[in-house]
Amino acid sequence: MTATDLLVEVDARGLSCPMPIVRTAQAIRDLPSGNLVEVLATDPGSQRDFVAWCRSTGHTLIEHSTDGPVHRFLIRRK
Amino acid sequence: MTAIATPAESTLAGQPRFDALAEAIADVEGIPEAFTDAFAVPNGEVKPRELVIICYSGDLEKTWASLILATTAAASGVPTKMFLTFWGLQTFVKDDVRITGQNWMQKMLSVMQRPGISHRKLSKMNFLGMGPWMMGTLAKKYGVASPRELLEAAQALGVEFMPCQMTMDMFGLTRDDMIEGLGEPVGAATVVELLQNGAAPLFI
Repeated sequence: MTATDLLVEVDARGLSCPMPIVRTAQAIRDLPSGNLVEVLATDPGSQRDFVAWCRSTGHTLIEHSTDGPVHRFLIRRK
Repeated sequence: MTAIATPAESTLAGQPRFDALAEAIADVEGIPEAFTDAFAVPNGEVKPRELVIICYSGDLEKTWASLILATTAAASGVPTKMFLTFWGLQTFVKDDVRITGQNWMQKMLSVMQRPGISHRKLSKMNFLGMGPWMMGTLAKKYGVASPRELLEAAQALGVEFMPCQMTMDMFGLTRDDMIEGLGEPVGAATVVELLQNGAAPLFI
């Protein structure tokens, strides 16, 4: 990660489908291309949803990690 | 094994493969130019496929499902439109408008089923509001956004709402009865045109 990558966090913990995606889409929309978004979610379905969402929008899912019930996604804006 | 190349192999080296069958067809029928042109995208622009949700039902569970799909589609970059018709239009009356309509029948209908997104009833097991209340309580417990929250998200994500003019007239609804942010009322022909242009339809 370089210093120019602005990191925006989306805390979607406790939210169910489709709000983790909706909140992330709202957060990523106004960012310049190439910036990073970190999403925290507890919805188990989000594991597959973020992969599908990145495919359909063209954003890049850089990293996915799990800490207990919390999923962390690092996404680079298209 | 001998290392002598046949004449055919030596001339093809480094060149695209020769498809004898395709060449033979092209010889007989000619290269189908009109066919390939039909798929050419003007100016290299790729227009994303639209989604049109025809919101026909005013039932709580169907309103919920269509708003979940609309917000997710819009969040995924799909241009999304909702055509609001019949009972689906009642959902988009302001929550605090109690009685709508110009004549007694229209008014009676709004008394019998209260319009507004916060007053939706379940199609089954409504039990005088017990069903929706339990659904709402469970939704809160499990972090599921309410139809009202989803509507706000849909508007923020740029979902277009198209009220049905015919339904507005039949139920005697005015623009003042409706929530902010709806588009101009339109008719079925507008929806048909969207479908003709390749929009994916959902009838909920």
